[in-house]
Amino acid sequence: MHPIIAALKHHKTTVALVALEIALTCAIVTNALFLVGDRTSAMRLPTGVADNELVWVQTTGLDIGDNEQRPDNRDADLAALRAMPGVQSVAMSNSLPLSSGYMSTGAFRRSGDEKDLLDNVVEYLGSSGMLKTLGIKLVAGRDFLPQEHVDYSPFGLKEIPPPTVVIVTQSMAAQMWPGENPLGKTFWLDHEGKKPVQVVGVAERLLNPSINKYQGVDRGMILPVTKVNGGKYVLRVRPEMRDAVKLAIPDVLKRVDPLRMVEAHIYTDSIADYYHGDRAMVWLLLVVTGCLLALTALGVVGLSSFWVQQRSRSIGIRRAIGATRRDILRYFQWENLLIVSAGIVLGSLAAVGLNLWLMQHYELARMPLAWLASGAVVLWLLGQLAVLGPAMRAAAVPPRRGDPIMNNHPRCRSPLAGDAFAVFNSRMAGHPGSKASPASGLLQGVGGFEKE
Amino acid sequence: MFVHYFDLALRSLRRNKVLTALMVLAIAVGIGASMTMLTVMHVLSGDPLPGRSGQLYHPQVNPTLPPRFQSGPISAMDYRSATDLWGAHRAERQALIANGSVRVNLPESGQPPLARQLLLTTSEFFPMFDVPFRYGGGWSASDETSHARVAVISAELNQRLFGGADSVGRSLRLNGSEVRIAGVLEHWRPAPRFYDVWSGRYLKGRTSSLYQAAEDVYLPIFTGLDMFAPMELPVHFCWADGTKITSMQSAPCSWISLWVQLSGTEAVRDYQRFLDGYVQQQKQAGRYQGEQTWLPDLMQWVEWNHVVPGNVRMQAWMAVAFLLICLINTMCLLLSKFLRRSGEIGVRRAMGASRRTVFAQCLVEAGVIGLAGGIVGWLLTLLGLWLVRRQPEAYADLAHLDLPMLVGTFVLAVVASLLAGVLPALRASRVPIGLQIKTL
Repeated sequence: MHPIIAALKHHKTTVALVALEIALTCAIVTNALFLVGDRTSAMRLPTGVADNELVWVQTTGLDIGDNEQRPDNRDADLAALRAMPGVQSVAMSNSLPLSSGYMSTGAFRRSGDEKDLLDNVVEYLGSSGMLKTLGIKLVAGRDFLPQEHVDYSPFGLKEIPPPTVVIVTQSMAAQMWPGENPLGKTFWLDHEGKKPVQVVGVAERLLNPSINKYQGVDRGMILPVTKVNGGKYVLRVRPEMRDAVKLAIPDVLKRVDPLRMVEAHIYTDSIADYYHGDRAMVWLLLVVTGCLLALTALGVVGLSSFWVQQRSRSIGIRRAIGATRRDILRYFQWENLLIVSAGIVLGSLAAVGLNLWLMQHYELARMPLAWLASGAVVLWLLGQLAVLGPAMRAAAVPPRRGDPIMNNHPRCRSPLAGDAFAVFNSRMAGHPGSKASPASGLLQGVGGFEKE
Repeated sequence: MFVHYFDLALRSLRRNKVLTALMVLAIAVGIGASMTMLTVMHVLSGDPLPGRSGQLYHPQVNPTLPPRFQSGPISAMDYRSATDLWGAHRAERQALIANGSVRVNLPESGQPPLARQLLLTTSEFFPMFDVPFRYGGGWSASDETSHARVAVISAELNQRLFGGADSVGRSLRLNGSEVRIAGVLEHWRPAPRFYDVWSGRYLKGRTSSLYQAAEDVYLPIFTGLDMFAPMELPVHFCWADGTKITSMQSAPCSWISLWVQLSGTEAVRDYQRFLDGYVQQQKQAGRYQGEQTWLPDLMQWVEWNHVVPGNVRMQAWMAVAFLLICLINTMCLLLSKFLRRSGEIGVRRAMGASRRTVFAQCLVEAGVIGLAGGIVGWLLTLLGLWLVRRQPEAYADLAHLDLPMLVGTFVLAVVASLLAGVLPALRASRVPIGLQIKTL
């Protein structure tokens, strides 16, 4: 057996504890890093619109109860907004990617056939110019024609059929008609699936207002409407003008109709709000990972220092019988590598288990096994860094001369003596830690050697 | 004897200050992190209405058409089902709940209106949920049937509009209609807003909004329906899109919750039977297709809706794992420390100390480390909670250390360090006498 392993057998409990600590750290750090990667990549999902050039406005009238015949200001509002300096175009939309509030419906592949439908498709309703204003790119087909916009609202007071044309996202098209060209295809809307709509365009991408397991990431469609009840005004603005436009909007709209509340937002702020929880989680995970690694490193430093102190006698002997400083340094480094590796093996298993548990409880993705390597590398580096200081101190122990206690020690407890054995193995039989006399024989031999 | 052990422990700890500091720090960081998260978890998952929650039930039915939408009972009710069940008065108390938002100002004040959250409910809401009043009280049942324009406002809104004065009898403009103030609440902070949590199930763990402060304006539901245009109130979901919706009363949408108070298993069983009977009757009348019902109590309902934010739950788990690692770390260090003193322990054993004594002495030392770690950990917990309170989360103001958690901090620190000390102390007490004496 290799002397380092033999020596470690004397510290079974301590070694097991350190390995266990490394294993737990490894399991948690690997999963935490995976979560951080998972969340940050989710936060980088492209929205499909011109994030940096949008400002949106929500308005609400004040006297709904008293005055049911609210004047319809929307055309005047749109005109006033378009006249603002820095505004390139304005449109109305019921929702925006990552703005949380959404509508969804089923898309029937055959008229009225409930068994053949794609459920939970997000509905975007947009007024004329929505694609241009939001900056939605089409990969096929065309934008809506002005006359295709109709006065439709899914939950409206008046019963009006939906538009007859639609633009779908690539991912909706792929789920609706896998492998087929979606352009020109017809599907049916409404709860009975009796209202046909024809696909005239395919959008490259348009993220959902809310990313969840029901509607997925960007399964959606855009319907052309003239007006959107309770919708938002969306303004395409030159990036550097966004703040000025946002500040000026309330006055501009209140000049049209003073009896309402106006809330203007810069779209990138809305995206940041949507991901607020994810960002907080990422920071927390990074802090916890940092604390864990620091703690584990401190533990390794503490223990290694103790071992160095405890073994300083044996180190001295080893040095006396010819071991170089580099040998001593290497000894501690290898020892650390062994313990950490054992911990990593155990920790990798635990990491996979933890990932499976997280998958069940938090809808987390499966961790690719390559992530295990990241945890392993981090811990190997950490172990080596932590042991470096104590190992250098060990290497600095001077060779030992004339040690009185070595004379009659019946049992060699020092693990480094094992290595001394390795040196003398060819001459003397024995095993470190054995209670048999050869050990004392060796030590007496060493003593004799020192007496010279 | 204990004082002596304590003294021994202090001496021993002073001998190697770095190692001692390391151990105290490890425990403190573990305790600080875990107690911060466990306190948040404790505050957010606690019983929002202790003593009463076991009597409150949330009946559910499934009136959807067609059935492809929902297989089980749905989280809220349509107007007809809710008012039928409520109007039957088969429970001790019952209340209807729907929420919305409203613009509030004082008549002739000329001030811009404030956007406030609104709860549409019925008169028994206040006694049923133990809502405290500062001035006046709730409205009466007859106010409800006569669609009286009365409202109850929160202490916070009363402070903002009337400077905290008794405003009962004064007028308030809600969305332009005038109502008379019937009562002003004391500060009331249910956490979560347990009576209105159905959205939790759809928020995928992002539920911190369910912990925002209670609504500011309370209106009789029938009065509220006079004041609001259809579809202005938030709706759980509608099962007939495209049909004409002329009023919330006839809308094929679920948007009202019913709460009932029932004491005793007999009452619960009776109510369940009543609920099933109602559903059967509606099915025969062709209004329902599904016949499922469910009668969860408050805590079951809160649990089913996954009200505790996913992040908070995950953080609590992480904190516990973190504490575990801190403990193993301490265990390693204690083991090294005790075994390094093998010589000293050997002498003590030779001079007559029993294994039990050595074990106790070592354990006292571990306990002292735990206590010190607990004190530092308590400070770290306060710091952690302060950081949580600065987060822009709806529950931020709730993150305070209450007495049980304060005591818990120290108990956890000492128990954890004692647990960490058991193995090292056992090893130390097994140190053979003779061997160690010889080495001296």
